[in-house]
Amino acid sequence: MRSTSDHSRRDVIKRAAALGLVAVPAMSTLAACASSATGGDKVEKGEKSAANPLGVNGSAPLDVVIFDGGFGDQYAKDAQAVYRKKFPGAEVKHAATQKIQSVLQPRFNGGTPPDLIDNSGAEQMDLGVLVGKDQLTDLTPLLDAPSYDDPDKKVRDTLRPGVAEMGQFDGDPVHVLYYAYNVHGVWYSKTALDRLDAEYPQTWDDMLALCAKAKKKGIAGWTYAGKNPYYLSFSLFPFMAKIGGRQVLDAIDNLEPDAWRDPAVRSALEAYYELQRKGYVLNGTPGLSHIESQTAWTEGKALFIPNGSWVENESKATTPDDFELRVAAPSGLDGSDKMPAGTLWAAGGEPFIVPAKAKNPDGGMELLRTMLGEQSSKNFTRQVSSLTSYDGGTEGLSLPPGLTSAVDALDKAGDNIVNPRIKDWYVALWKEKVGGGLGEMMAGRITPAEAVKKIQAYTDEAANDDSVKHYQHQ
Amino acid sequence: MHHGKYRFIAGFLAGPLALYTVFVIWPFLQAVYYSFTDWTGLSPDFAFTGLRNYERLLDDEVFWKSFQHSVLLVVLVPLVTIALALFFAFMLNVGGRRRRGAAVTGVRGSAFYKIVYFFPQVLSIAIVALLFQFAYNPGNGAINAGLRAVGLDSVQPDWLGDPDYALWSVMAVLVWCTVGFFVVLFSAGMSSIPLDFYEAALLDGASRVTTFFRITLPLLWDTVQSGWIYMGILALGAEAFAVVQIMTVGANGGGPDYSTTVLPLYVYVKAFRDGQAAYATTIGVALLVVTLAFAAVVMRLGRRERLEY
Repeated sequence: MRSTSDHSRRDVIKRAAALGLVAVPAMSTLAACASSATGGDKVEKGEKSAANPLGVNGSAPLDVVIFDGGFGDQYAKDAQAVYRKKFPGAEVKHAATQKIQSVLQPRFNGGTPPDLIDNSGAEQMDLGVLVGKDQLTDLTPLLDAPSYDDPDKKVRDTLRPGVAEMGQFDGDPVHVLYYAYNVHGVWYSKTALDRLDAEYPQTWDDMLALCAKAKKKGIAGWTYAGKNPYYLSFSLFPFMAKIGGRQVLDAIDNLEPDAWRDPAVRSALEAYYELQRKGYVLNGTPGLSHIESQTAWTEGKALFIPNGSWVENESKATTPDDFELRVAAPSGLDGSDKMPAGTLWAAGGEPFIVPAKAKNPDGGMELLRTMLGEQSSKNFTRQVSSLTSYDGGTEGLSLPPGLTSAVDALDKAGDNIVNPRIKDWYVALWKEKVGGGLGEMMAGRITPAEAVKKIQAYTDEAANDDSVKHYQHQ
Repeated sequence: MHHGKYRFIAGFLAGPLALYTVFVIWPFLQAVYYSFTDWTGLSPDFAFTGLRNYERLLDDEVFWKSFQHSVLLVVLVPLVTIALALFFAFMLNVGGRRRRGAAVTGVRGSAFYKIVYFFPQVLSIAIVALLFQFAYNPGNGAINAGLRAVGLDSVQPDWLGDPDYALWSVMAVLVWCTVGFFVVLFSAGMSSIPLDFYEAALLDGASRVTTFFRITLPLLWDTVQSGWIYMGILALGAEAFAVVQIMTVGANGGGPDYSTTVLPLYVYVKAFRDGQAAYATTIGVALLVVTLAFAAVVMRLGRRERLEY
């Protein structure tokens, strides 16, 4: 009584079962790419001149891959138009993708990477690995070249503080140039604070008092991206630095054995834990994605959210017109803080790299130089309401409220800008382990003391793990 | 007459066999090969490191957590899914009240239920995971809203944000979205069981439960066994990866506090975030071993005399 259809059904199941084993073959088709390495031949260098300080070969093609995320790729196309005007003979190949690693991994393995990459987004390639495997061009010639607008100034001198250093992984060479410039901190709505008759709190006692006041009105004090609890560090890390000085964060970056046991770290964690204990964190926050938490915040369910300057663009759709978005540096703990008010985490974003095996590395660097000129930088800020690493370029632009407050916060911070490197040096440690520990604490499942112990154990583990490259603050 | 038979057969087999070797066997071997190197996935050069990756695996806490969760998934998810699917399929095909002119029939409206059950199957797993992500939202998600609607205001679990619930929430989604497929599969199997058997049982006064265990299940055993393996592989591989990666807490899913991480997710994270492709293939090999072991166990346990009808 067996019918033919019976057979084919079973076949389907068998085939599907075979498909279920994808994990291994998928890895190995990827592996297959590794065996086909061929050397990349560089294009001939062009004539160096005042107008062409990097000696770009004006007739050589240029191959650019841009991450097409929150910032889009129009700004890069505009900069390429400027480049092409200068080198009419150059053919510029532009590609935009969200899948940086999937698109570029085979090209790196095959030895034919593009000339300039915006290595950003969820599929960002690990910069530490790329540097460690000598896959990136040293960008020092670019930094030492005259700037696009002023031949008497080096590109290096037109950058915002800390940007060039961020591109250093090991010693002097600069392998990465961050194009966007993000201000991290505590984000809030001025309108919401006005309704409570409050100013942004300067000390932690004020913060707790304000949260208590908000709670009476049924508004939570804080929310955060509970699914990505590493967002907490955007306000927590500068808070630690403000309490105990820069070296607190340096110790964390250097994976020191007592980094997390520092009293400043402990105080900062206890301060945040108090928010949780007193019920000032929006209910259910540990289960929210970053978008959900931002939406709860723009809907006025919570006053404060730790985030970065991309949040203004990202939460645009749900932000009311009269929201008056603001960013502030973390409140201090008390009068004995080591760093002054305004201490802020600001750092480069959108890491641009020129692969070591690129055919036209000079062209890649020249395009970056163009992008770091005032015209292109202004264009970027106008298009995506975010700052670039070019210091300045906001004059004459009408900036949205959040970005305006970010510029003010930078002014106020002056030299007191911190830049924890754990974020780029040890991505897994920062995002998953430190973030996970902080998340557990803010969900009320572990105490600050337990969080310290847990995160320090993870830190020690990372310090002893020889499969990741270790870096030190210079 | 039989002259050249083997040459004839070999001629037909050579092509498929070659394709199979190039696209299935060879990649498997390559994956194993790369697990003995320190290849990053971001540069063409690598060196041999012998068993280093495997030694590292033994000490890797996150790997063992992923391993445990994968094993839990492969045991529980097929069990629940197949039990539910068998129950539903039985009700839809055999379990109905006796009506005039038909010895065996499903419950009223079974054609409609069949469509309802199958519906999740036509949705991409990514969409299912996204939908449930919204449903599990602790503040305004459908599930907690439902609890509030029936007066359970005090029971508002943070489904995906709480390590005690997260893995169970993920399993529920896996069951929800695959059960329909098995309902249809088992329905097809049941409809090929001769009606005379049921009629005879009914005449003997057998209850529905007896009918199920004495007639339906034994005659459906082959299908159940294949389904079991298929479901187990889904729970070990692609489906589990998608729901965990999209729904759960953590930079790449897998949280809170590694409470939902599974082997395929760990492969992905090591290969595509940490630039450790060789180590990822090592985990992939471990996943392969688990999958084969699972299939072997099910085949072994499920071995029965084949019933011809």
